[in-house]
Amino acid sequence: MNDTIAPEALTRKDFMSDQEVRWCPGCGDYSILATVQRVMPDLGIARENMVWISGIGCSSRFPYYMNTYGFHTIHGRAPAFAMGVKAANPDLSVWLVTGDGDGLSIGGNHLLHLLRRNLDVNLLLFNNRIYGLTKGQYSPTSEVGKVTKSTPGGSADHPVDPSAFALGCGASFVARAVDVDAPNLGEVLKQANAHRGTSFIEIYQNCPVFNDGAFDGFTDKAHKLDRQLHVEHGKPLLFGKDNQRGLRMNPSSLRFEIVELENGGSEADVTVYDETNVALAQALLRLPFPEFPVALGVLHRTQRETYDHALQTQREKAKASNGTPDLEKLLNSGGTWKV
Amino acid sequence: MAQPVPVTPDDPNTPKSLAGAIVRFAGDSGDGMQVTGSQFTVAAALARNDLATFPDFPAEIRAPAGTTFGVSGFQINFASRDVFTPGDAPDVLVAMNPAALKVNLPDLKPGGLLVLNSGAFTAGNLKKAGYGESPLDNDSLSGFQVLSIDISKLTVAAVKEAGLSTKDANRCKNFWTLGLMFWIYGRPLEPTIQWLERKFAKKPELVQANTLALKAGHAFGETAEVSHYRYQVPAAPVDPGVYRNISGNQATALGVVAAGQLSGLQVVLGAYPITPASDVLHELSRYKHFGVTTIQAEDEIAACCAAIGASYAGSLGVTSTSGPGMALKMEAIGLAIAVELPLLILDIQRAGPSTGMPTKTEQSDLLQAVYGRNGEAPVAVLAAATPGDCFYTVVEGARLATKYMTPVIVLTDGYLGNGAEPWKVPKVADLTPFPVKFRTDPEGFHPFKRDEQTLARNWAVPGTPGLLHRIGGIEKSFDSGNISYDPQNHAKMSQVRADKIAGIANDIPEAKIDVGNDRGKLLVLGWGSTYGAIREAVQNCRSAGHDVSHLHLRYINPFPRNLGQLLRQFDHVLVPEMNMGQLVKVLRSEFLIPAESYAKIQGQPFKIGELEARIKQTLASKES
Repeated sequence: MNDTIAPEALTRKDFMSDQEVRWCPGCGDYSILATVQRVMPDLGIARENMVWISGIGCSSRFPYYMNTYGFHTIHGRAPAFAMGVKAANPDLSVWLVTGDGDGLSIGGNHLLHLLRRNLDVNLLLFNNRIYGLTKGQYSPTSEVGKVTKSTPGGSADHPVDPSAFALGCGASFVARAVDVDAPNLGEVLKQANAHRGTSFIEIYQNCPVFNDGAFDGFTDKAHKLDRQLHVEHGKPLLFGKDNQRGLRMNPSSLRFEIVELENGGSEADVTVYDETNVALAQALLRLPFPEFPVALGVLHRTQRETYDHALQTQREKAKASNGTPDLEKLLNSGGTWKV
Repeated sequence: MAQPVPVTPDDPNTPKSLAGAIVRFAGDSGDGMQVTGSQFTVAAALARNDLATFPDFPAEIRAPAGTTFGVSGFQINFASRDVFTPGDAPDVLVAMNPAALKVNLPDLKPGGLLVLNSGAFTAGNLKKAGYGESPLDNDSLSGFQVLSIDISKLTVAAVKEAGLSTKDANRCKNFWTLGLMFWIYGRPLEPTIQWLERKFAKKPELVQANTLALKAGHAFGETAEVSHYRYQVPAAPVDPGVYRNISGNQATALGVVAAGQLSGLQVVLGAYPITPASDVLHELSRYKHFGVTTIQAEDEIAACCAAIGASYAGSLGVTSTSGPGMALKMEAIGLAIAVELPLLILDIQRAGPSTGMPTKTEQSDLLQAVYGRNGEAPVAVLAAATPGDCFYTVVEGARLATKYMTPVIVLTDGYLGNGAEPWKVPKVADLTPFPVKFRTDPEGFHPFKRDEQTLARNWAVPGTPGLLHRIGGIEKSFDSGNISYDPQNHAKMSQVRADKIAGIANDIPEAKIDVGNDRGKLLVLGWGSTYGAIREAVQNCRSAGHDVSHLHLRYINPFPRNLGQLLRQFDHVLVPEMNMGQLVKVLRSEFLIPAESYAKIQGQPFKIGELEARIKQTLASKES
């Protein structure tokens, strides 16, 4: 379990722990793990300075497979542990792994506060729209009417959109990727690592056992091009084969509409994406599917103070204005008398 | 403890010397009784009296004025001898309105002195307090000495030159009252005037008005015909040293700061506001320069998890709370037990179950602390006995947490947390450091490798090269720290976790009798904030010739290694607790002895008299 070597240039293998990976065959988690382990050496972070923290669920097994520091905690609370880790040592590179149940059901509260505080961590939310580890109940991202073991008559509750939730919480970085799309996921991971603040990454992850094909509508070969929109800051919102389609923000309805470039539409009409504009991101995330494509990539990015840095600044300020801490003086404060 | 004080009109000019007195200030929650009580306390401390105080807040932040549930009280017991409790029944009751009189009069000693603000005895206030007719107009107060003064009117007249509105002027009446009380007990006014100048530095008109009120109350005593109520309480013989007044919550917070310094660790407190523990968070948030980081988390669970995260990363993780918060933290505490990380949990207990009575005290959480988790999840549990003792108990808790890589629960309660006593300030050089060493050597490392003696695992923090590892709540192999579902391994790990905590018994002092002999007819065994009351009751019973001893437990889990033997040296064991009998259950199951419970669950501390009566009753019943 220990590793005594500290090589200069790391490879994917250096990030693989000696633990046998135990997800179901065909699980999307394998693809995500492979991409993460492939990208990590490029980030230039020493493994001992990297901590992977998770809650409970299939995705939360992730830290065991990373040859870094890792902490598999309790259900839904990974963000709270991360808060303590970063308060104690802001220099650590902290990565959280959660799922739609862990992050949005039992841990929804902590996710909200993590995002508004803007703790400098990266969070990967594996969204498979089902409870896998407990063997197939519907999740807070399952579609209405989902028939599962716990909802034989179909689920009654409306799903939450993880990325829209993150934006609503004031997230400073929101991105979305697909488990098997290694190049795009890899790029999003790099961008997330470069961002100071909470980098929220929603990853559509297929559960082959309890919710197989949940994302086929936009991830399979037949639909991929027409139903995925890869956004990029400063670039027009184009998608489809040869980028023949685009999205235009209708200035009077404030809704997106599709521009068909082949049918007389002009690229000049297509909205140029601004990742700092929360309203654009929310509008993309609220588009009905399959009439509109699914937006992927870095959807939102702004800079603001991080919680851990603010704590550190307060500590430094207090030290500067109070001088060397003197316990003797502190114990004798508040009015003393001598007998 | 003060003896009953004869408050009888006497020679008008010489202050009468008293061994001690118990004074209770009571008024509307807006009447400033806590401030009055605090200032009166400082004056008693400066006069070198030994003392103990007990504030009794209403549950409402601002209850409707004049109602009985809006009454706020502050009791002080000060004496020329050792004082261990705020006292049973007050010798003097200051009642600022009819509701305060109604609520507190039943406690006043027969023949005690009653200082009343007659100006507040209006028809409206009488009705709100539930009085059909004014007690000032009938003989219902005839068993007491009554000083009925229109304090409201006298205050407004006294502060006139400060130019306040009548409403604001009237709010100075607590300082008028304090002035009168200072005159009665011969206290100087200067320290309070200096306090006012500091407190209202930016509002000079309030300094002026309150100072005028204070002086007017004092002068009233001087000029009016009340000099037969004048007393003097001489200084108490105390250990030489530097003293300060300290509340349990302050002492708890200072204990955390000291623990950080003594261990050489940064401290991270995760907390969520909860009565009566919030002051620990408030206090600690001021000590960032001592390397104390405070996080006001989104809930109790996150507060505990953040503390564990901080310990994982090499700080001393601390979380403070009260009963309902403890319940919420339990799953996280279980994780800290499973991953064997230090964690200091400060539980300022209050009356339960559920929300219970947040402002009232109770020894509510002993069983929750010792047993309240899923699985076999042993932790160390300590309990503080007095406000000042909170400091030492917290430091000891941190020592054990870091040495044994375990959560440690420190139990105090609302009575200790809000109560205050003079505290002999320790010299830092007299506190024993317990420097923490992190694992850095990769040779033969795995995360659950243990010290053979303490059975504590090595503490390897992120950022250390060569020690990459993963920990979690899943059972791990004794030999490698990797996940393991092996049946024999689970048995072995469960046993090791239990042995580790049990082994702490070899690292703590043996139990020592506090008062009396180490064998005999009856042992009164207590824990926590009942210390002062039990001690005085046992002393009084011994003075009356009874064979009774007092032992007070700081270590609840594990028990001191000689406890069983000590208990068997007594014919009977009586266990007074402010609950339905929690420690007594543990004692019975641990030692198979017929320990007897004396339970009081009223949200109020034991009175010495109650304990004495019970001790005598128990002794009598065993003899018959």
